[in-house]
Amino acid sequence: MVVILGTPNADSSEIYAVTCSSGDPTWAGPLAGVALGLPVYHILESEVKQQIDPVLYEQQIGLSEMALDAASIIGAMLRARATPPAAK
Amino acid sequence: MHFQTQQLPVIRATRYLLVHAPDLVRYGSKPSREIERNAAQLDLINSHLRSYEEALAYAPNQVYVGGLYPDDLKSVAVPWFGHALENPARHGEFGEIMPEDEFYGVLRIGDSFDMVWLEENFTAEIRTRLAAHPLLTAEDLKKLGDGKSLGQLNEQIKKGAAIPLYLNKHRLVGCFLHGHDEDPALSATRLLENLACKVIAALSLRNLNVASGIPAQAVDFILGCGEEAIGDRYNPGGGNLAKAAGEMAGCVAASGVDIKDFCCAPVQALTMAGGLVASGLHSNIAVVAGCSLAKLGMKYEGHVRKDMPILEDVLAGFASMVGVNDGQSPVIRLDAIGRHNIGAGSSQQSIMEKLVTEPLTKIGWKLCDVDKYATELHNPEVTEPSGSGNVPKTNYRMIAAMAAIRGEISRPDLDVFADTHGMPGFSPTQGHIASAIPFLAHAQKKMASGEMSSAMFLAKGSLFLGRVTQMSDGVSFVLEKNRA
Repeated sequence: MVVILGTPNADSSEIYAVTCSSGDPTWAGPLAGVALGLPVYHILESEVKQQIDPVLYEQQIGLSEMALDAASIIGAMLRARATPPAAK
Repeated sequence: MHFQTQQLPVIRATRYLLVHAPDLVRYGSKPSREIERNAAQLDLINSHLRSYEEALAYAPNQVYVGGLYPDDLKSVAVPWFGHALENPARHGEFGEIMPEDEFYGVLRIGDSFDMVWLEENFTAEIRTRLAAHPLLTAEDLKKLGDGKSLGQLNEQIKKGAAIPLYLNKHRLVGCFLHGHDEDPALSATRLLENLACKVIAALSLRNLNVASGIPAQAVDFILGCGEEAIGDRYNPGGGNLAKAAGEMAGCVAASGVDIKDFCCAPVQALTMAGGLVASGLHSNIAVVAGCSLAKLGMKYEGHVRKDMPILEDVLAGFASMVGVNDGQSPVIRLDAIGRHNIGAGSSQQSIMEKLVTEPLTKIGWKLCDVDKYATELHNPEVTEPSGSGNVPKTNYRMIAAMAAIRGEISRPDLDVFADTHGMPGFSPTQGHIASAIPFLAHAQKKMASGEMSSAMFLAKGSLFLGRVTQMSDGVSFVLEKNRA
C-alpha cells in the first residue's frame, strides 16, 4: 500500500505525510503516536508521475502542477519521509 | 442563450452580519466532541478566546462588514490578529459586528417555541441596548419577556432538559431547551444551530430591506441558502428556513424555499434568483443565509497549538436582493453562467474549466477581461495553522495557470495575475458564507463608483462529504456594471 497525497502546499503535505508514516505530528487526531509506517508520496513527485499515462496526467493534474509550488512540496515530502517515528 | 440587456436581473444590494460568539465555540462540532472526550479541553478553549473588542479590531472581520476593502489587507501587518485596527467601528458600510450578549437577546426574540430562556437580570441589561438597535422594534422587545430566575435555569440544566448559555466564559445567562425528549433532530444543540441560522439570516434581511430600498412587504420570494437543514427525525432536512427568516423580517407577501448544495448553495441561489426574475415569475427575490454554528472552533486545535486566539469565534450571515433591471445596479450575466455538469469529472482542472473558461468563452471574454475573481475567500490565518493552506491563493494560481495555458499571460506572470485579479482571503470559515459572496457588496460599490467593470463569483461544493456520491459541484456567474 502506498499513500498518494494531493495537498496544496508544503506545510499540509508534510503534516499529512508524517501522519501516515510516523504518526500525527500535531498530536490532534487518532494517529497521534501511531506509526503506520506507510510509504507516502505526492502526486507531483516524479516517482508517481512517471507511472501515470502522460495524457491523463496532463488532463487531471496539469493545471495543479503549474499552479502549485511543486519544489517546496517535494522538499516537504523528502523531509517527511526522513522523519523518525514519534515516541509513543 | 441570448438575453436583451433589460431582461438581465440585477443585484440591488447585499448586506452582511457578523456575530461574535466566543461562548458558543464550545457548541461547535469539533470542540464539543473534544470536550466530551476530555473535559479539560474546555479550559484550554476558554483560555484562547478573544474579547469582543479584539474581534471588532480584527482586520478581516472589518473587511467582511465593509470597513475595509479586501486589498487593504495587503497593507495590514501579519499576523492580523496581532495587529489590531485603531478605532474600529461596530457598524460598517455593509453590516455590523454584533456582541454575544445582544445576540442572545435576538435568539430569544426569534424563538417561536419558548426554547430560549434568559436570566432576568441579564434580560434587563440587554433590553436597553437592544432598544437602541436600528433593526429591532418595540414588538421585538416585547418578545424578550421578563426572563427567568437563575434557579429556574439551573433546574432545567440539572435535569438535562436544557444546555447552558454562558457569557464571558463563566456567567450563566440563559439556557436552551430541548425541543423533544427523544428526537435528535430536535435536540437543544441542533435547535440552537437552526435558530441561530434563522435569526442571523433575518437580521441580514432586515438590513437589506433598508439598504436596497425594497421594503419587506415588497419581497415576493426568498431563497434560503444557509447550511442548516431543519426538520424532525422523519425528515431531518426537509424544512424551510427561508420563510422562517422572512417571517421575522416582516416579508409578509413572500413565499420561499431552501437551496442545498454544500458551499456553493449561495451562488446557486443567486443564479436561480436571477433566472426567476428574468422569467417574470418574481420581481424582488431575497437570497439569504444564516450562520453555521457547527463550524465554530472547527480548527481550534491548530490555533491553540500555535498559541493563537481561536479565530473561528464568529457567526456570519448575508442577504442579497435580486430584482429586475433598474438601469443602475450591476447585472447578473445569465448568458455566462458556469456550471459543473454531472459528466464533467471532479478534478480541480475540470471544475475550474467549467466554472471559469467555459462561461467566459460563451460571451467572448478572456480570463483577463474579468477585473476580479471572487472564489473561496477563506481567511488563511484561520486555515494555515491546521495544514489546510491558503485556499484563495491556490484558487487564484489555478485561474492564473489557466490563463497561461490559454496564452493570455506568460508563465512567470502567474503571481501578478493572481495578485491583480484576486484578493487576500478574509472570510470567516463559515462554509457556504466563505464561497465568493463576501465580495458581492464590495464589487457593487466599486462598480457604482466606476472603479470596476466586472467580477466573477465562483463556488465549489464538496458533495462527496455526504457519502452518497464521489462528485463535487460548482457554479459561477459574472456580475457586470450596468450599461443601460
